[in-house]
Amino acid sequence: MSISVRWGRHAAALFAAAVLFLMGRPTQAAPGEQFVPLATYRVGAYASSGIPVWAGIIDYLRYINEVEGGINGVKLVWQECETEWTAEKGIECYERFKNGLNGAPVGPYLPNGAPAAYALSDKATADKIPLITLGYGRTEATDGSVFPYNFPLMLTFYSEASVFINYVAQKEGGFDKLKGKKIATVYHDSAYGRETQGPLALLAKKYGFENIQIPVADPGNEQSAQWRQVRQARPDWVFLRTWGVSTPVAIKTAARFGYPVNRIVGDIWASSNEDVLPTGEAGKGYLALTPYPGGADFDIHHRLKKHILDAGKSDLKDPKSFGSVYYNSGLIDGAIVVEALRAGQKKFGQRPLSGDEARWGLEHLQLDDARLRQIGFYGLMQRLSLSCSDHEGGGAARVQQWDGRQWNLVTDWVQADRATLRPLIDAKAAAYAKEKGITPRDCRKDS
Amino acid sequence: MSASLHVFPSPPLVAPVELVVSRRRHAWVWLGLALVLASLPWWVSTYWINAILIPTLVLSLAGLGLNLLTGYTGQTSVGAAGFMAVGAFATYGLLLRVPPLPLPLALLGGGVIAAGVGWLFGLPSGRIKGFYLMVTTLASQFFLEWLFVKFPWFYNNASSGTISAPRLQWGGWDLSGPGGRYGLTLACVALLTWAAANLVRSQTGRNWMAVRDMDTAAAVIGIPVERVKRQAFAVSSFYLGIAGALWAFAYLGTASASSFDINRSFQILFIIIIGGMGSLAGNFIGAAFISLLPIALSAAGQWLLGGAVDPGQIQNLQKILFGVLIIGFLIREPDGLARLLTLWRERLAVWPLRF
Repeated sequence: MSISVRWGRHAAALFAAAVLFLMGRPTQAAPGEQFVPLATYRVGAYASSGIPVWAGIIDYLRYINEVEGGINGVKLVWQECETEWTAEKGIECYERFKNGLNGAPVGPYLPNGAPAAYALSDKATADKIPLITLGYGRTEATDGSVFPYNFPLMLTFYSEASVFINYVAQKEGGFDKLKGKKIATVYHDSAYGRETQGPLALLAKKYGFENIQIPVADPGNEQSAQWRQVRQARPDWVFLRTWGVSTPVAIKTAARFGYPVNRIVGDIWASSNEDVLPTGEAGKGYLALTPYPGGADFDIHHRLKKHILDAGKSDLKDPKSFGSVYYNSGLIDGAIVVEALRAGQKKFGQRPLSGDEARWGLEHLQLDDARLRQIGFYGLMQRLSLSCSDHEGGGAARVQQWDGRQWNLVTDWVQADRATLRPLIDAKAAAYAKEKGITPRDCRKDS
Repeated sequence: MSASLHVFPSPPLVAPVELVVSRRRHAWVWLGLALVLASLPWWVSTYWINAILIPTLVLSLAGLGLNLLTGYTGQTSVGAAGFMAVGAFATYGLLLRVPPLPLPLALLGGGVIAAGVGWLFGLPSGRIKGFYLMVTTLASQFFLEWLFVKFPWFYNNASSGTISAPRLQWGGWDLSGPGGRYGLTLACVALLTWAAANLVRSQTGRNWMAVRDMDTAAAVIGIPVERVKRQAFAVSSFYLGIAGALWAFAYLGTASASSFDINRSFQILFIIIIGGMGSLAGNFIGAAFISLLPIALSAAGQWLLGGAVDPGQIQNLQKILFGVLIIGFLIREPDGLARLLTLWRERLAVWPLRF
């Protein structure tokens, strides 16, 4: 072997060692700060929805740091990691972040994307880091005794179905009027789209309406067949559970087939400005359920405008997105993280919290109207009351209507009938516990 | 290794000696490599194990599976991820529905079921080839993806359509920690790589290569071409099936049909193109390249630019750089990184002289 070969190998080994050192190097401690990791998707298929969300979160964290001086004096630091909404990159980001940043620990973690949320479920449980999945995630994780570190906050897909039926009952003049009505669900034919079939079947049996299910194959950019079926069935209401491009196509096709759009109620993922802007005239009057309504006139918006936007500190690239559904969902994400940490600090002291301490905070999070008014979220965010056995907390949504330019709220919070659905959730959670060999924790002992 | 070997045609009497020496040295290299790989969990962080080593190993195995079919037998396939999905869902089904089955047997069963499905989708290869065969594998990709969304039985009627590993354990060992999952992956990959190395050197492998190089000639000398092609599909799918199961259970911890979409198939195809068609080491090099480079670039971007540049822009920049590198490699060295590394090694051996 010649000398040069040996040198070549030495150089390669040195290079490898340097890379290892750089990527795995321990970081210096900076006590007194709380790390909020941001698993973002600023590129990829869903970037247009993601960008306003991150602006909402970052603007709110900045507001907490600069105007309120942090959470009880604990400043927040954050860093982004691009996931492109995939599970693989989501795992990479989580592994990069889970040990904190420069000594600042991670509290709650927002996986931001269903694939990553599912992939991280077991890992986060092992690492004792609570995952917040707002408006998505496993419905059965509502049962905190089986899923201690999963928080499908505010509105699971089951509750969403129930809110829809309750809204229809409201409009029809009572639950007894539902008997004999035809209610169709046009859904994205995927796991997400099928998730409401169980609860809707149960509610159809309870109230006696006819439950029609019409699937739309991904991506759903041609729906004539589906809406011809709708026209033939003549349903009284249509629940639209589409996603991405299939939403505007559904609205436009419905209009083309003469089905009134003010009888179509979109779900969480069919309720944003981006879903209706491409529909033009056809979308006027379209209704949608949302746990984070659009609008820039809530109290928190006035505060942000004064301290962040007008001061030129906003993360928003396009100021028109201020108050859009996605921006507001980012604000709510930020508020939940902050309030959970604040709740945890009541027990553990005014210092940065670990993941497990943040979980305690989340399980004791109580946001009543008074508190929502204080933080400026009254009307934008629903009342939340979480506990060990209830990781959803709210289960309500508001109905908004598109007028061609913006969303207008047409109802107050419509509450889901969670008591009726709970047995379904408990059965699913029990099946999961059995499959994975988990012994559920005893929530009565938890304090 | 002597320089003269490259300057003059090697004398026939010298070659066997060279071979014996290099074999012996190879054994030491392999032993060292095995020791280093096996001891990694004790000296690298869990970030490295969970986010880099496990996915790279699994992708190498998937690349190996596809390479047996495409690189060694010459049957182009863009349905690799579909067979991975079969392996993942089959292993899950076996673990769930046949409780006493130990983990290694469930994995093996998943591989065998994937091999059966691969054999089935390999049937058209007897009649059509090249571009048209590629289209049938594309159809298998979409069919399998649809299958695992459409029928909730495959994912045990879970409302979310995802599967997750029932406890990873074997005997008394709990393999659900980073070390355990890494060990499981490494053992599978090492075993299957060893098997593949022997397979391609055996009569089977020679048949494959004969079919790849010229199937008419292969048929003339008495190789049953159709059977060999189907066999390659089955063996390739066996490897892909095991890789799929490891991807779902050892890496992601969960999976749905969308974890094995067409992009994954392309990713595996790129691994063997970049790494080297018809090369075993190429799969590992290609997988390392494709999974390490984006992370290294993103870390370098974070480190050099701090928070100054929008992370979305860094990601886009990285995509551009990645594409340029791939094109560059393909122009400079169509035989892949494996060949490029061999060339470099040979050049280094005679440096600073030229040859």
